Amino acid sequence: MMSILELKNIEKIYGNEIKTQVLYNVNLSIEKGTFNSIIGQSGSGKTTLLNIMGTLDKPTSGEVMVNGTNVKQMHNNKLSALRNETIGFIFQFHYLLPEFTALENVLMPYQIKHGKVSKDAIKKAKEYLHLVGLENVMNNMATKISGGQQQRAAIARALMNEPQIILADEPTGNLDSDSTEVIYELLRDINHQLGTTFIIITHDNRIAEKADRMIEIKDGRIYQDVNKK
Amino acid sequence: MKLGYKIAARFLKSNLGQTILIILGIAIGVSVQIFIGSLIQGLQKSLVEKTIGDASQITITSSTDDKEIVDYEEMIKQIQTIDQRIDKISVAADHPAFLEYGENSQSILVRGFDIESADEIYNFVDRIEEGTYPYNLNEIILGIDLKEEYGIQLNDVLSLITTNQKTVKVKVVGFFDLKVASLNKNWAITTLETAGNIFNTRGSITSIEMQVKESGIFSTDIIASKITQELNNDALTIVNWKEQNEQLLSGLEGQSISSYMIQVFVLISVILGIASVLAITVMQKSKQIGILKAMGIRNSATSYVFLFEGLILGFFGAILGILFGLGLSVAFTKFALNTDGTPVIPLFISYPFIFTSGLIAIAVSVLAALIPAYRSLKLNPIDIIRNH
Ligand SMILES: Nc1ncnc2c1ncn2[C@@H]1O[C@H](COP(=O)(O)OP(=O)(O)O)[C@@H](O)[C@H]1O
Ligand SMILES: [Mg+2]
Repeated sequence: MMSILELKNIEKIYGNEIKTQVLYNVNLSIEKGTFNSIIGQSGSGKTTLLNIMGTLDKPTSGEVMVNGTNVKQMHNNKLSALRNETIGFIFQFHYLLPEFTALENVLMPYQIKHGKVSKDAIKKAKEYLHLVGLENVMNNMATKISGGQQQRAAIARALMNEPQIILADEPTGNLDSDSTEVIYELLRDINHQLGTTFIIITHDNRIAEKADRMIEIKDGRIYQDVNKK
Repeated sequence: MKLGYKIAARFLKSNLGQTILIILGIAIGVSVQIFIGSLIQGLQKSLVEKTIGDASQITITSSTDDKEIVDYEEMIKQIQTIDQRIDKISVAADHPAFLEYGENSQSILVRGFDIESADEIYNFVDRIEEGTYPYNLNEIILGIDLKEEYGIQLNDVLSLITTNQKTVKVKVVGFFDLKVASLNKNWAITTLETAGNIFNTRGSITSIEMQVKESGIFSTDIIASKITQELNNDALTIVNWKEQNEQLLSGLEGQSISSYMIQVFVLISVILGIASVLAITVMQKSKQIGILKAMGIRNSATSYVFLFEGLILGFFGAILGILFGLGLSVAFTKFALNTDGTPVIPLFISYPFIFTSGLIAIAVSVLAALIPAYRSLKLNPIDIIRNH
């Protein structure tokens, strides 16, 4: 199977004066259409790794290949297009735009891509909002819904452009275990139906164990890599 | 672009209080600019109007000994084709004489005019205080000051003695008031025919006088030199009001410069105000910009957000400022009146000037948004994501 995302010899060192190495020689190849989980203790380097995968952060050394293209060779606008069309982010902190409604937030990636919204896009956004159970609050401003609802809106937003890869950093961190289960099933459905590749950082062992592959990070190194497929 | 505008509008709407405050700031700047501009332009216009509104602005005289211009009709036809801004042309036959009335006598300048064309320049008809304009042969009108000084009555007959010792009896049919004492004392106005009769001019005149259209008021020097060139006659002297009023002109220039200075400083304070507020906005919105960039918005699109903020603020600031400025100006012209009902401050409301002031305010607002736009361009999303 073809790998959609590949990390080669990734090192990450923070700081100029006081250097802290966070990632050590990480090599990873993610296969297209798989559902992957990343686990590890707090501070082990999971978020750093995910941000590097998503081209938001740059490794100190090493290569990141998305769909076979080295992102080092991509210029700003190309990287922007990659983040908009190929990658969907669900951040640890939900990060909706507070000036916009939940629906407008979900539509934002579409608008960035096309410059405007279409009727079909609105229909699709509403479907995703319905899937995450937000149809009743979709016209509320982002600040006027609960933390859990904001996180679900952020999930709907990540799905909007139907990206090939979704990177999620503890996407169910704020949700109770029932909602966590529902969201997980939803992401799994999307994975099956659209073939979207998922890389999810999670604390929840039940979710981690249901993934096709479970990668454990410890002190900035891949400690364990369990592939069940 | 469209998304940039949409986000900008939403950002401004969500901080409505701050937005209104900046718009008010711009509006006050624009209104001060419009008010001061209208004031200075109004003052200058009324000053120029008072000085040359009822006077010859370009005058052609003869530099020959007898001061006579003979073939003037041909000349006028030619002058009319020289510059479109030449508006009114009149001729005058001016000759000195001695006036005798009873015991009193004094020297006087007899000015023979073609009534209709001269009226367009000097507005004589409105300035006749008593009686009528001279129509018949050997009728003249005198200044109101002479009437008072010598107790001359309407229809009195007095004598004019020419430099050739010829005496002619003339009838006073009216009194004028040109609002300038020296003219009211020293001019006797009559028709070209009467002047011709008294001084034996054989149809010659002594000067051709002109007014130009408003657009040419400050170009009379250029127009005059064009006339000089076209007529190409060494026997003629052509002067224009600008040469004769250099002090007035330098006064006007000084006024204009100080008016521009004030306007420029108002603009600078507007720029600094907008730039500093927008700079704060970038910080306030850095989280949003970071999220948008993580979602793949282009760097350029985020800078459009701030340019559009500048544009929107400038647009509404300009509109409101124009309304304020016009309101203030109208209030001044309507309510601050002299006892005779004329405005204390003669404002000149020029729509092109107001429109330009508005456009400049908009341009300046966009300019002020350049720094915040640049900062948003450089903003790295990871710094936002990492530091939540
Ligand atoms: N900007 C930074 N500068 C210095 N150290 C950082 C920075 N960001 C993260 N770290 C450190 O890197 C380590 C890994 O962080 P992170 O990737 O967030 O771990 P995790 O997501 O697994 O909790 C932590 O020790 C953290 O303190
Ligand atoms: Mg983390």
